[in-house]
Amino acid sequence: MVGYIVKRFFASLLTMFVLITITFFLMHSIPGGPFSPAEERKVPASVLQKMEEKFGLHEPLHVQYVNYLKNLLQGDLGFSFKQLDVSVNELIAQGFPISAKVGLIAIGLALLIGILLGIVSAIKRGKWADWTAMIFATIGISIPNFVLTVLLMFFFCVMFKLLPTYGLTSWKHYILPVIGLSFGPIAYIARLMRSSMLEVMRQDFILTARAKGVPEYRVIFKHALKNAIIPIVTYLGPLVAAMLTGSFIVERVFSIPGIGRDFVSGIGDRDYSVILGLTVFFGVFIIVMNFIVDILYAIIDKRVKIEE
Amino acid sequence: MHLLQVQNLRTTFRIDAGQVQAVRGISFYVKKGESLGIVGESGSGKSVSMLSIMKLLPQNAELQADHVQFNGQDLNQIDQKEMRKMLGSEIGMIFQDPMSSLNPLLTIGDQIVEPIRIHQKISKEAARKKAIDILRIVEIPSPEKRLKQYPHEFSGGMRQRVMIAIAISCNPKLLIADEPTTALDVTIQAQILDLMHDLKNKMQTSIVMITHDLGVIANMCNRVLVMYGGTIVEEGTIREIFYQPKHPYTWGLIKSIPTVSTGKREKLIPIPGSPPDLIAPPKGCPFTARCEYAMKICEKIPPQQITLSETHRAACWLMHPKASGVAKEVTV
Repeated sequence: MVGYIVKRFFASLLTMFVLITITFFLMHSIPGGPFSPAEERKVPASVLQKMEEKFGLHEPLHVQYVNYLKNLLQGDLGFSFKQLDVSVNELIAQGFPISAKVGLIAIGLALLIGILLGIVSAIKRGKWADWTAMIFATIGISIPNFVLTVLLMFFFCVMFKLLPTYGLTSWKHYILPVIGLSFGPIAYIARLMRSSMLEVMRQDFILTARAKGVPEYRVIFKHALKNAIIPIVTYLGPLVAAMLTGSFIVERVFSIPGIGRDFVSGIGDRDYSVILGLTVFFGVFIIVMNFIVDILYAIIDKRVKIEE
Repeated sequence: MHLLQVQNLRTTFRIDAGQVQAVRGISFYVKKGESLGIVGESGSGKSVSMLSIMKLLPQNAELQADHVQFNGQDLNQIDQKEMRKMLGSEIGMIFQDPMSSLNPLLTIGDQIVEPIRIHQKISKEAARKKAIDILRIVEIPSPEKRLKQYPHEFSGGMRQRVMIAIAISCNPKLLIADEPTTALDVTIQAQILDLMHDLKNKMQTSIVMITHDLGVIANMCNRVLVMYGGTIVEEGTIREIFYQPKHPYTWGLIKSIPTVSTGKREKLIPIPGSPPDLIAPPKGCPFTARCEYAMKICEKIPPQQITLSETHRAACWLMHPKASGVAKEVTV
């Protein structure tokens, strides 16, 4: 077990290194920089030079790269180029809890509704309940969430004026972002759960359970569910990472001050340290989540042995 | 009165191609404490007929019976919920493949304790003690430790013992074993059969043994039903079926048993052809197409069951007085 964790750790380090390298050079290949004079306000050349020196932008690219890695090893993600005296570490500390809160609610909702829908349509296969759930799921998968969130906003905020359009100050503010975030995953989980459940219900041990006189709800929720849920666990890693780190689109549309929004504006501003810092953060997060999922497998299914 | 009495049971499956008439009007009984063998090829309706009685068929199945009585209760009158109370407590079932019949994600203990707690309403601790006792009865060593293990930590033979433990956990009056040894090694087969034999004597349970192995029947059973094409073609005691078989299909089954005693190199004689299509079953005797003694009438009119003794019945036109001398009887 310890050997496995150590192995995973070094593999993750390598992954992170590749991720950082690619992001660093790709980012610098985007035309323009944080202090490009293309803005309305003309900045004097001397000021521009001073600023570039302050952030080390005057150095050759490979030197900047090595400097960044050195700072990163000390856990320092650098200062934002655009927001005065705000470090990327602070930005994450502020934004992540907000993104995570919305994300956690959305994950909970997606799992609950997705799994229930999947089970219902598997049990009522070919009946109207199955059709309804699957039509809903197909719609959920096909509509991109930037379309969905804008539609939601149009109907609930503009037409009926039921819900607020931006911010996160009351529970009402959470409703639309959470729906926007979880709609796609609900649809995906429902479809996954349905096919997995149909597969499991055909197994011999389900007949054994019935022959023991086990009531049908127990056959479904105890005998079948535990087996059928394994594919969902696989999907959980990337899902949790994506939802907790904030959806770029949903946070942007509803003006939620999470890190997803910071990331999007960071790219627009060529705020190099924010882009890199958040990429590192997302990367670490996804790696950790996938690791947790692998451990979860072994807990749910005792046949899975964690290789040394 | 018999423990189980079935009158004219018919089971059909609705599939895209039409209606599969898996069981076509069978009648039989199981006496208290006896073991009845049901023998026949795959698809002859052996398992389906038993699953029909237990109301465990998939949703696309339809069954009708003039009369089904178990332990004095009319099973035609009760719904699935009431049936469930009998399943696992009064009727225990052992399935063919112990590798897939146990839930891979639950411990053996969970799976044995479950029916005990459902049917006997006793505490968790008491049920666990009972489970340990039962594991001892089915001769699984160190049961306390084994209870906490998962099916993948058991060998095939051990898993089948666990299946038997589950089936007998509530002292059922009837034990249905659906090819319990087919998926096991030959040496393990003998152990499992011995175990079942002992259990039957100890617990006074009736057993229905579904198999396609006449050897198993000869060792285990008092009486035999021979099924073909969803019907019972012959029924009798072991002695009657092995020494005075009357139906050509039974003859074929007996001729296809390998013998090792003679020392001569003998060829096995298979029954040529394949079983009838049960979507459009033949009008007459289902065995006509493969029967070397088939007559014109066999194709057109299904033969009636002819009673030969109190226990021996067979459905074949060869036994009609006018057909005498057409075929020679086969004996072992």
